[in-house]
Amino acid sequence: MKATVLKFALAAGLMAGVATSATAQQKNVTIGVSIPAATHGWTGGVVYHAQETAKQLEKGYPGLKVIVKTSPDGASQANALDDLTSQKVDALVVLPFNSDELTNPMREIKKRGTFVTIVDRGLKDPSIQDIYVAGNNPEFGRVAGKYFVDNLKQGNVVVFRGIPTVIDEERVSNFEKALEGSGVKVIDKQYANWNRDDAFKVMQDYLSKHPKIDAVWASDDDMALGVMEAIRQAKREDIKFVLGGAGMKDMIKKVMDGDKMIPADVSYPPSMISTAMGVTAAHFYTNAPMRGTYTLNAQLITKDNAKDHYFPNSPF
Amino acid sequence: MTETVLPTRAEKRKFSVDMRALSPFIALIVLIIAGALINPDFLTASNLLNVVTRSAFIAIIAVGATFVIAGGGLDLSVGSMAALIAGVMILTLNNLGGGDVGTLAVGLLAAIALGAACGLANGLIVTFGRIEPFIVTLGTMGIFRSLVIWLAAGGTITMRNFELRELYRPVYFGSVFGIPYPIIAFLVVAAVGALILYRTSFGRHVVALGSNEDVARYSGVPIWRVRTLTYIIQGICVGIAVLVYVPRLGSATPTTGLLWELQAITAVVIGGTALKGGIGRVWGTVVGAVILELVANIMVLSNFVSEFLVGAVQGAIIIIAMLVQRSVHRGR
Repeated sequence: MKATVLKFALAAGLMAGVATSATAQQKNVTIGVSIPAATHGWTGGVVYHAQETAKQLEKGYPGLKVIVKTSPDGASQANALDDLTSQKVDALVVLPFNSDELTNPMREIKKRGTFVTIVDRGLKDPSIQDIYVAGNNPEFGRVAGKYFVDNLKQGNVVVFRGIPTVIDEERVSNFEKALEGSGVKVIDKQYANWNRDDAFKVMQDYLSKHPKIDAVWASDDDMALGVMEAIRQAKREDIKFVLGGAGMKDMIKKVMDGDKMIPADVSYPPSMISTAMGVTAAHFYTNAPMRGTYTLNAQLITKDNAKDHYFPNSPF
Repeated sequence: MTETVLPTRAEKRKFSVDMRALSPFIALIVLIIAGALINPDFLTASNLLNVVTRSAFIAIIAVGATFVIAGGGLDLSVGSMAALIAGVMILTLNNLGGGDVGTLAVGLLAAIALGAACGLANGLIVTFGRIEPFIVTLGTMGIFRSLVIWLAAGGTITMRNFELRELYRPVYFGSVFGIPYPIIAFLVVAAVGALILYRTSFGRHVVALGSNEDVARYSGVPIWRVRTLTYIIQGICVGIAVLVYVPRLGSATPTTGLLWELQAITAVVIGGTALKGGIGRVWGTVVGAVILELVANIMVLSNFVSEFLVGAVQGAIIIIAMLVQRSVHRGR
């Protein structure tokens, strides 16, 4: 899907080229982009794609200026938004740390007439956002669950949870819903904080505790890597596969190469920030209606389509 | 305290001191029994070896922290420092590109040297800057963490050379006579640490400095040098911990070593070292690190604790373990 996102951004860029050559060359628009700093693999991917897209869009739309600002936590993101609005931006693209905290600051910004695009985590009051590009967490769990039902059919599965958040809860509850009525059984669930080291430890403990595990839902690629190392150490043969999630390049590579233990992955692309930036820019430079909610699908990545999800230059 | 101790007869006093040093070991035994009752798989050799092996990083770091804390200081930067050293070490190995032992040796030396340098920086700012160690190391904690994020561009720093990775991997996963190398590493580090703390004049200076800085100064203890050295020892210990950490997953991420500083300090305190300084117990520290890892292990192995409540039960167990220790040496 990352590929389709990029194509979309490019297409928007081309459209802009056409549109701007028709109208005046001088249409000055400034878009501010506020995203979390690269403190985790996935947010690292967000930063990378935001910066790449900023360059592409500025090239595609003459007169467009894109300011990308990263913040290490929710409180500094609120400050960063103040800084951005004081630079008189026409639009803000925001991937909030915590949508509850940011709802009121965003309402103030909206009142001043700024065009607001929200990514991944929607605001409490949806009337504030002009555009909402949503990653689909329930779908993420559902797609993963369906993969287990289709490919494992029956057996014992251990589950790794991330950090206790709404995102995690939506993923896990929908995963379990997708398993209902099938022969696939969840025999254990623990938090491993989307962290490799923690996942390694938890997997070691699962292996001590459960004599037979048929498959692992690591639910995240970072955690899947820790899991793999623990399985390798224990030399256990009962585990048929490990399913991660998010679309880290190392894992996509494994899927592409036909690794038996990593037969698939579920996408949750950090490049959704590119979609949001592309649509926002298109709002200013084309006549097409852009306001609305865009829900990106969580896609099952298998050997057949892995190519489209592989970005060797991204840090994630 | 001194008033109550003075009238006691010599051999009795000696006995009570022994109990104090023993209490972490008693807490450890209680935990092991509890673990065995909760899940019979707990007592398997493979499970216990797994747990002790993965406590190695915190144990090694905490041995260094024992020096810093016994000397009346504090180092909050160790987790970030570990991440930075791991990142730099992997980048060094990747840039050298070789898959031989020589390349590895250069990487290992670079890690230890960087650890010592980070510790030196902490120590010099604390001593010459005359700033609270809490603030200094809180600052360097942020600096080290940001540097590794910057080096990784927010992603992951991974060992690229596959041969080198396989060559280095046994340092975590290998064993000699059934004892994994990381366990040997932390026993050696603890033994050397105990030797320095208990048997050298430097060790006595550290404790003197921690119990009363003014008295130590008037007694001719070279305050700044002793204090700086404790931070350097801490840095070297972090370097050694990284040597054992990197072969496990072969990568460093921005979340590597997150909250290790708190775990190390907890291990030190569980082990019987006074947080205000003046008492240092290296072996207690090592046991403290193992206890922390055991508690986490028991949580996963137990079937009746909901995953939402794991943190609460873990916290309660640590507090109860400390209470048991206190009652043990109060009862004497």
